[in-house]
This record gives sequence, structure tokens and C-alpha cells, in this order.
Amino acid sequence: MCLAIPGKIKSIELQYDGALRMAKINFGGITKEASLEMLPDANIGDYVLVHVGVAISKVDEEEAKKTFKYLKEIGELGDLTDVDNYIPEDTTSGDISLDEVTKDQ
Amino acid sequence: MKYMNEYRDPILAKQYLEEIKKTVTQNWRIMEVCGGQTHSLVKNGIIDMLPKEITMVHGPGCPVCVTPLHLIDKAVHLALNENVILCSFGDMLRVPGSEKSLLEAKAEGGDVRILYSPLEAVKIAEENPEKDVVFFAVGFETTAPANALSVIHAHRKGLKNYSILASHVLVPPAIENVMEDPDSHIDGFLAAGHVCTIMGNFEYYPLVEKYKVPIVVTGFEPLDVLQGILMVVRQLEVNKAEVENQYARIVREEGNIEAQKVIFEVFEITDRLWRGMEIIPMSGYQVKEKYASFDATKKYQIDIEEAEENQECIAGEIMKGIKKPFECPQFGKKCKPTNPLGAPMVSSEGACAAYFHYSGLVER
Ligand code: SF4
Repeated sequence: MCLAIPGKIKSIELQYDGALRMAKINFGGITKEASLEMLPDANIGDYVLVHVGVAISKVDEEEAKKTFKYLKEIGELGDLTDVDNYIPEDTTSGDISLDEVTKDQ
Repeated sequence: MKYMNEYRDPILAKQYLEEIKKTVTQNWRIMEVCGGQTHSLVKNGIIDMLPKEITMVHGPGCPVCVTPLHLIDKAVHLALNENVILCSFGDMLRVPGSEKSLLEAKAEGGDVRILYSPLEAVKIAEENPEKDVVFFAVGFETTAPANALSVIHAHRKGLKNYSILASHVLVPPAIENVMEDPDSHIDGFLAAGHVCTIMGNFEYYPLVEKYKVPIVVTGFEPLDVLQGILMVVRQLEVNKAEVENQYARIVREEGNIEAQKVIFEVFEITDRLWRGMEIIPMSGYQVKEKYASFDATKKYQIDIEEAEENQECIAGEIMKGIKKPFECPQFGKKCKPTNPLGAPMVSSEGACAAYFHYSGLVER
């Protein structure tokens, strides 16, 4: 439960007149919302560690991919998928995404 | 190295192990605080590959495991209230209360929902104005910003039907408690990397001073844990006791200041009972008076008698590192993940669950 999962920021939406930044984050094909309130300088394209819906730290791309791969291998991504209401990845976005690291699975 | 091959870098892992073997000359007891680290150690077989001089002791770093029985009973009570939607992280579902678990409350018709994030609970509150939504906010420092943020969001939205049942525990006072326990005998600690991502390292300097134990802030992957152990052993062998940061790629000295601001907007530090252990002074967060209307313990007068712990479960001794899960007479017998007697057998971070699932790797 304490694990933080790395993902890539796809888009940012401002709420409350810009007071609140919510991001759509891609975790290897699963998109979820997370708050960017703890990371004021995080931007689209950045990799971040997300813990229970809140991004808590920026990470570099290589680190993000390695960690994601490890979490997948040990079956610790359940937090993302066990819940009923996750939004499946839209397959139209062609940018580099975390799901690359999972293709060899 | 059988199990190591699957992971990041087996050669490096081997090198760390060799280096640990070369460095160690005496017996040392090292506690990993974080349940994620416990799983890494047990699942990857690291615990069997370490030199015999090193005993890894599993610490209390499982928030689900240390959530007091009476709080679980309160959550169950709320879940059975027809007007309440009780939301929780999945890990809490099977944890036995004194009479039933949240899962059993759900089976009896309670509206119990498993969420990924407390922020989703705020949305549920918004969408269900006729219901009261309670989020069972358990966690260490890592989870506190998200739980606090849910209160801030609900406050901003002017919601009157959202509250949290907070069960928040803090790592540094737990380390202090372990060091004060005459039965624990811990020589060094791996502190929890994700906790320090939020809080930084500064809380550990006084502990290192006071108890003369090395504390190495460490990540949770096998290589992190191995490197953390090596750093602790290197200090111990030359009689040093310092705070070091193995997880510097993520953890900054000062932590995440924005996250700390959010925590202390909503929470204040308080004494807290740790399940199976005792009340540890200044070891948890409670909701500040300013946000009292979002505090489920104030919103609902729940008078439940404090129930007795199941006498057969020795979770307290497990959490303090005095005993190993396989030393519990009920381990794998009466107590299994499907029918747990105690929380460490259910939680994904619990030591008993780790040994149960991967005990083929732990032959001793
Ligand atoms: S094995 Fe079960 S009964 Fe024994 S300490 Fe662990 S949780 Fe408690």
C-alpha cells in the first residue's frame, strides 16, 4: 500500500481557477487521474511517482521504466487495476509511453 | 541466485552480496522498517543469501497491521450504517476486527467500496449528496498528503457529507519505540524510502545521536535493499552511526515541502495506539480542530467497547521483530491469508503474508 508507482503525465487540467492541478497519468497503458499539488513544477511529459492518487516525486524516465517493470514483475500493480473504474488507455496517442517496457512480457 | 535472475541486475546483486560478505566480521541485527522491503527480502530470497552473521528483523512498517482493533470495529460499525458509504484501500478489507472484517460487513449488505485514492472518495461524496461518505484513512507519512488533500478538496467543494476515519502512524517514533524495547536488540535500520520522499531525512538525525544506530534511508527493490544493508554493515563494522541516503535518486534531504504543508494544514501529531504494540507518544496524526467536521471520530459518536486482541496471534512480537512469523504456533495452521487471525497475514505488506506466500524460499 505504501508503494508509489511511476507514470507519465499525459495532460493537465486546472480546476478551481488554477488553484488545483489534476493530471491524467499513463501507467503502462492504464490512465488514471492524480493530483499534482505536491509537485508545482511537474509538467506534461514528466515522469512522476504516484501514491494513492497523488504525485509525490519526479523521476527520470529510465528510473521510471525500471521501477515500473519491477513492480509489474512482482505483481504489485494491483492497486491500479483492482478498482472498477479505471480508464483504459486511448490507443490513439502515439507518444513514448510506459507501456513500452511491458511489451516484452 | 535463482530468484534474482528475473530482476534488474543480477550481476550487481551478486557484487553487493559479495561485498557484504567481505565486510561483515560480527553478528548484526538489522531492521527494515518498510513492509515493501520485507517482501523484497523474502520474495527474492535475499534473506537466505545474506551471510549468517546478518539477521534481518522485520519492522512495524505495515500501516494496515498496526491499525488498532477498535478502529477496525468502528469502520465495520460505520459500514453497517445504512446511510454511510465506507470507502477504503483494498488492503483493509480482510483485516479481522473483533467480530467481523469489512469484507464480512460488505457481505451483510454494508456499502463498502475499495478505492485506489481518497480523492475518489470525495467524488463519491459529491455524487451521492444523500449519503455520508467515510474514507478509512490509514497509512504512514507517505499516504498522509493524499488523505489530507481529500479533506482539503471536500472543504473547497463545501461538502458536508465527507469525513475520514484517520489511522495515521509515523516512522521515527516507531524506531524509537523499538530501540527502547529491551527485547529488540537492533543494531541498524533501513528507513523507508517513500516515507522520506515526503518527510525528508532530518527526523532521523536525533535518533542516530540518541541510540548510536546507523539509519540508512533505503528503497524497496532488491538492489536497493542489498545496497542499504551494505551501507548499514559498513557503518557498523567501523563503529559509526550516521544517517545515510541509499535512495537519493528519489529522496531529497528536505523531503517534499509542498506535501508537508498539506499534511500539517489538516493533521496534527498525537499519541497513538499501535495494534499489538502499545500507545506510542506522538506517533500518529489526528485531524485538526479546524477540520473537525471532516473527522469521522467526531462526526459519529461511536461507543464501541475496546475489544480484546485474539490471544493466539503474536502480531505484536512480530511487528517489533522479537519473533519471526514461522515462530507463531498458528502460522499456516489456523492462520492463513484466506482465514487470517491477525493483520500481518492479510496485508500485502505484512510479514506473515510474506512468509506464507514465499516460504518455499525461506528454509530455516
Ligand atoms: S501468523 Fe497469523 S496468528 Fe500468527 S502472528 Fe501472524 S497474523 Fe498473527
